[in-house]
Amino acid sequence: MPSFVIAEKCDGCKGGDKTACMYICPNDLMVLEPNEMKAYNQEPDACWECFSCVKICPSQAIEVRGYSDFVPMGSSVVPMLGTEDIMWTCKFRNGVVKRFKFPIRTTPEGEANAYLDLKGKDLDSALLSTEEADGYVFPVPTELV
Amino acid sequence: MALPNKPVGELKAVRDPEVDKRDVDVLIVGGGMAACGTAFEIKKWASDDTKILLCDKAAMERSGAVAQGLSAINTYIGENKIEDYVRMVRNDLMGIVREDLIFDLGRHVDDSVHLFEEWGLPMWKKSEEGKTLDGKKGQKMGTLKGGANPVRTGKWQIMINGESYKRIVAEAGKLALGEDNILERCFIVELLNDKDDPKKIAGAVGFDLRENKVYIINAKVIMVACGGAVNIYQPRSVGEGKGRCWYPVWNAGSTYTMAVRAGAELSMMENRFTPARFKDGYGPVGAWFLLFKAQTLNGLGEAFAASDEAKAELEKYAPYGTAAVTPTCLRNHLMMKEYKEGRGPIIMKTTDALAKLGETMSKKELKHLESEAWEDFLDMTCGQANLWCATNTEPEKKDSEVMPTEPYLLGSHSGCCGIWCSGPEEDWVPADYKWGYNRMTTIKGLFTAGDGVGCSGHKFSSGSHAEGRIVAKSMIKYLKDNPGANSFKETDEELVDMVYKPVRTYLDNCDYSTDETVNPHYCKPAGMAMRLMKMTNEYGGGTATYYMTSGKSLEILMELFEYFREDLEKIAAGDLHELLRAWEINHRLYTVQAHTRHIQFREESRYPGFYYRGDFMGQNDDEWFCFTNSTYNKETNEWSLKKVPYIKIISD
Ligand SMILES: Cc1cc2nc3c(=O)[nH]c(=O)nc-3n(C[C@H](O)[C@H](O)[C@H](O)COP(=O)(O)OP(=O)(O)OC[C@H]3O[C@@H](n4cnc5c(N)ncnc54)[C@H](O)[C@@H]3O)c2cc1C
Ligand code: SF4
Ligand code: SF4
Repeated sequence: MPSFVIAEKCDGCKGGDKTACMYICPNDLMVLEPNEMKAYNQEPDACWECFSCVKICPSQAIEVRGYSDFVPMGSSVVPMLGTEDIMWTCKFRNGVVKRFKFPIRTTPEGEANAYLDLKGKDLDSALLSTEEADGYVFPVPTELV
Repeated sequence: MALPNKPVGELKAVRDPEVDKRDVDVLIVGGGMAACGTAFEIKKWASDDTKILLCDKAAMERSGAVAQGLSAINTYIGENKIEDYVRMVRNDLMGIVREDLIFDLGRHVDDSVHLFEEWGLPMWKKSEEGKTLDGKKGQKMGTLKGGANPVRTGKWQIMINGESYKRIVAEAGKLALGEDNILERCFIVELLNDKDDPKKIAGAVGFDLRENKVYIINAKVIMVACGGAVNIYQPRSVGEGKGRCWYPVWNAGSTYTMAVRAGAELSMMENRFTPARFKDGYGPVGAWFLLFKAQTLNGLGEAFAASDEAKAELEKYAPYGTAAVTPTCLRNHLMMKEYKEGRGPIIMKTTDALAKLGETMSKKELKHLESEAWEDFLDMTCGQANLWCATNTEPEKKDSEVMPTEPYLLGSHSGCCGIWCSGPEEDWVPADYKWGYNRMTTIKGLFTAGDGVGCSGHKFSSGSHAEGRIVAKSMIKYLKDNPGANSFKETDEELVDMVYKPVRTYLDNCDYSTDETVNPHYCKPAGMAMRLMKMTNEYGGGTATYYMTSGKSLEILMELFEYFREDLEKIAAGDLHELLRAWEINHRLYTVQAHTRHIQFREESRYPGFYYRGDFMGQNDDEWFCFTNSTYNKETNEWSLKKVPYIKIISD
């Protein structure tokens, strides 16, 4: 299900020097056409449908439509990524709609503890820095042949 | 058709790129789970003046296999014994694994999981009444580190709300390493050896995907952790859906190719992974088997995997086949038998499973269960959710088909191909398995982690992260012992010529014909990608032959590889995206060549269901109960393969 950009909704990320979709696509697929200032997926048959571009687009301009070689038409799966949760709207071909909401993180974005002040002490031991700080007792195998 | 010919992509390539030279102590190649572990850990051991650089071909926030998220952490030891973890991995991989590496991983992995939770990854918990709480509600039970109980779907796996898994883990890694030490959208092409010691690493060369720039990096110690390989075999999809592989389409075997070209020894490259997944969408089946207790039936409606015939078949592969948990390859093997004998397709009875669960559950609980089933897809394979929507599949009303995928290569999931690495310097580790620095390859100063480390599968996301951290500390130890400067023999000009050769080939020839893709003077990455996958599919045991190959087929394949390798000299790229594809194809070639050469060397079929040597069916323990290792000499284009003894460490 390759991503596609809805022409009317894309504003080229307001002419910033990098667009959100280009920044995020792990497969380097999204590009900006500089004259029209609109983005597009330059290689739809290399799209993993990871939804990274869909989730990040500030204008909700990107959606996905099922791969033409095996997905019947008419369904859609649309995410809304918030700061704590993600909401999904799944529309079936026959009109059934299901909505789901799942948590995505329990801390504010940007506040993962990177232990910036932690310094390891014994480089010769096999303990990792946080294990060393916690006083982890390092196991060695006892059930040997 | 628009004439004159012009490159299709938006970011045009120029003949002479800018050159950006870097001189660092430590280079981290890749930005996935393993590299994020290294990024988090390394500065905690390095002196303040140590120069560290990380290069990722994509944006770490969503790069690698975890880009769209995951719904479970597959390795968490918790209350289990680490020895049992080793036994599980050994059995799943048909006996031949590096138990030192696996045990070592097992004792560190939980610490990474505890960090993930602290960073904000929601983990499911068991309530006091034994009910399932999602990651948000479960917070009131406290943390795993503090003793709260996770929700297990198998002995080793715990459930998470993992849509933002990679974003969270990358955030901590980037903060710890510092943005200034990270180059995103930088594809590393080749590792460079020391000019005085070809068995030592000295640098790397790559290019920028956003501007015309070549990076030439001198480094004293390097970790390569670029994940596994996909699109080395024809995918089952034929058109637009080619991107829907199970394994993420962007991991191109860079880990194995760069390492082997730098002289490092690979191990067990014959071990591929062809997971059975929901057909076409490739959504995960694990939760359906383990959490919802669903059964698979053949086309006749028979529970084929429980039949007497299946038991007899599994007995041929004792002791692995007869163990309590059937190895992944043998489960595929049983499916293959059904297909080949005309009893396909294989159907997952989602309807029966949910009906059965409904017997003991309230409506509300059942609703919750339905949402869990959908989350399993939406957290990690959104496209499968869409396929269910498009085919009006409500799992309580309609069953779905399951099918094994095309082959992939990886070392951290249920596969174990990779690079031959040193284990920990400890007494219980056999002398032949350690050479100074934990997870160092056979090239001095070159390390790997995650999918890169061979012979030790089943580390998954958490284990790959922990392994990246182990490597961080090892690299700093190596650096302390080897502080001297080093350099490579290649000049800047030679390196730029190599990396930008596809661009120059394009510019020199693109006006010759009136179609920029059809030109006798060059080949394009898109066509070469198809050519590679066609030949491996037909001769190397792809889906076309039910994973069957033979000595003669492999001989033909080797000849086709040689034409292919020569033709890659003429690959052309008009823009930076195409230049990326040109180099990915190069990386795929060496990786799949290593894979099929190992299959050629190992004259038995150790992993039935993953691949078969038709001329050597069955296991041959007398001859082949050993590792197989390979090296490649890029000066002479010669491969060498050898047997390496397996040493059992952990008792049965
Ligand atoms: C479909 C799927 C489902 C999975 N499900 C689970 C699960 O439920 N639970 C679980 O615990 N694990 C799961 N795993 C396993 C887990 O994702 C991997 O074990 C883990 O991501 C491996 O880490 P890695 O760092 O080796 O590779 P990756 O995380 O894949 O990272 C590779 C990195 O290398 C970069 N790269 C590649 N080539 C180059 C290059 N030439 N130059 C520069 N950078 C490059 C990529 O951009 C990326 O950053 C799953 C894996 C897959 C594929
Ligand atoms: S992120 Fe959205 S708005 Fe921005 S360029 Fe891409 S499609 Fe357009
Ligand atoms: S869905 Fe994923 S692979 Fe496809 S274009 Fe968007 S970010 Fe790229």
